[in-house]
Amino acid sequence: MNRNPKPKLAVWKFASCDGCQLSLLDCEDELLAVAGAVNVANFPEASRAVVAGPYDLSLVEGSITTPHDAERIHKIRRASKCLVTIGACATAGGIQALRNFKDVKQFTSIVYARPDYIETLNKSTPVADHVSVDFELRGCPINKRQLVEVINAFLHGSKPNTPRHSVCVECKVRGTVCVMVARGVPCLGPVTQAGCGAICPSYARGCYGYFGPKETPNTASLSGRWTHLGAQPDDLVRAFRSFNAYAEPFRKESEAHEK
Amino acid sequence: MKSAPLAVKRSDKAVLQAEDLDMLIQNLRKRGHQVIGPTRREGAIVYEELASAQNLPAGWTDEQDGGTYRLKRRTDGALFGYAVGPHSWKEFVHPPAQRLYRARRNGKQVEFLPETPPAAKCAFLGVRACELNAIAIQDRVFLGGPVVDPGYQSRRQQLFLIAVNCTVAGGTCFCASMNTGPKAASGYDVALTEVMESGRHYFMTEAGTDRGAEVLSQLPLQRATSRQEQIAADMVSQTARRMARQMDTTGIEELFYRNYEHPRWDDVAKRCLTCANCTLVCPTCFCTTVEDTADLTGQHAERWRKWDSCFTLDFSYIAGGSVRSSSRARYRQWLTHKLATWMDQFGTSGCVGCGRCITWCPAAIDLTEEVRALREGGPARGAAPTGKETKP
Repeated sequence: MNRNPKPKLAVWKFASCDGCQLSLLDCEDELLAVAGAVNVANFPEASRAVVAGPYDLSLVEGSITTPHDAERIHKIRRASKCLVTIGACATAGGIQALRNFKDVKQFTSIVYARPDYIETLNKSTPVADHVSVDFELRGCPINKRQLVEVINAFLHGSKPNTPRHSVCVECKVRGTVCVMVARGVPCLGPVTQAGCGAICPSYARGCYGYFGPKETPNTASLSGRWTHLGAQPDDLVRAFRSFNAYAEPFRKESEAHEK
Repeated sequence: MKSAPLAVKRSDKAVLQAEDLDMLIQNLRKRGHQVIGPTRREGAIVYEELASAQNLPAGWTDEQDGGTYRLKRRTDGALFGYAVGPHSWKEFVHPPAQRLYRARRNGKQVEFLPETPPAAKCAFLGVRACELNAIAIQDRVFLGGPVVDPGYQSRRQQLFLIAVNCTVAGGTCFCASMNTGPKAASGYDVALTEVMESGRHYFMTEAGTDRGAEVLSQLPLQRATSRQEQIAADMVSQTARRMARQMDTTGIEELFYRNYEHPRWDDVAKRCLTCANCTLVCPTCFCTTVEDTADLTGQHAERWRKWDSCFTLDFSYIAGGSVRSSSRARYRQWLTHKLATWMDQFGTSGCVGCGRCITWCPAAIDLTEEVRALREGGPARGAAPTGKETKP
């Protein structure tokens, strides 16, 4: 493959906290290698210098929450050969998708002095609801090693090693004792996708599900076990309704426990 | 009162005072072994490197049931008064992740750098009878076929195994049903039975190999009296009668082969989380996946082998998708392999009755219950099998 010129990388932001795109700057050891392998053409968090499109690889952070963004994402898609969404906002709608369970007009009327200035969509939705996405990288925030892996896979034309199995596998591989079995701590690990490295259980806390639903998640069975451990329906609604609230398996499970 | 070293041969029974157990650990350390054994961490008894007998969980036991494990204080200072915990020895001989090779680009050539076998030699202290059987099963998997696994072989050859006969049956144990315990029958260098009686605390020792006898002969042992031998033997046979669970293994292969379409598989699929915990805590499950990684420059690559599980979709992924996409198919595959097709493949059951998959299943699925349900479900309600799935 002709590597000259280097592939052009662009980073785009929608409704989000910037944490995921900062993971790229947080790569530290790999940062120079990343900068050496790609031409950072559009990344306002890193540089004001912007190179015009089209781009070989676009990393998109954030969810679609405004009519303007719903148009902008199409322009980005048209200017990008490969479009990868990063983080829970871009892949599931993020914490701001909590609005999807309520009437957003009620929120704007309470929060803003002039709600009529606010032009917002009723729902916060993942990028894949609007344009075709080549790869979704999960997490709130994403794991920087997984980000490097995805960029690496893009550069070498391979499939990224980002397994879709449970967090439990990561606990077992690192030797963490199961908090649910040994401590009776309710944990979302059995229905959550791996990728974080099973951080919370290693601090004796249950998984919060920040990497979203794993492949074939059996949320109903897990809810049954949570109930057995003393969780109330409200606890279940809150547990499934966080940063990946609008990811379908989690959304359905939280709705099942809502009065 | 200290005793002088006593020369023992294979199968000799001798008594080691509990306070002298540390000498066994220190002896093995001097011989260059990393001594791995039970210790208390994160609310459980796990296997880790021991610096001394002080690291053993003296005075602790566990209460186990489906999906639950709790440590409890014992009323005595027993060092091995508990059943098996979340870890198994396999992580030391069949590690969760191991690099198979590195490669680097040299102009237009690719140079492969093979991995050198690991140097550390381990001694396992506190291997239960079920676990000795599990090690023997993994030996057949990794060493018994036409292709020998070099990493496993190198770790395994250097192992020194100190068995501990069980004097406590855990809440999910069923080794008596599987004929794998609670007494260590073979495969150990040294076997210990912990005895606490009339204020005395000692180990009944027995060497299983010449090197085991050699290590024991350096310890302050006393000849065992026939009364002491009897007490130790009684404690172990009592454990066999206290098994919390049973599994009827009569005709178990045929039971599975005629029940591929049993409705119980739908029932268990409703509960199964497909989280893979059962396979990862299982001391015999051995499946792995292979991951290739390259660095950003494309100049260096590595191939890693990592634990995998038949409960993941990727495990059965072939062109066109995953063969076992439903959790019903995945649970059925696991249990059928473990208890039936394993026999066709390796000549023994894949289950040693340790109960880990019951205790550490977050959904409390109990394979002994599942087998009972298959049996009690009467004749097969589905079609007769057309062939056996043999992929592990």
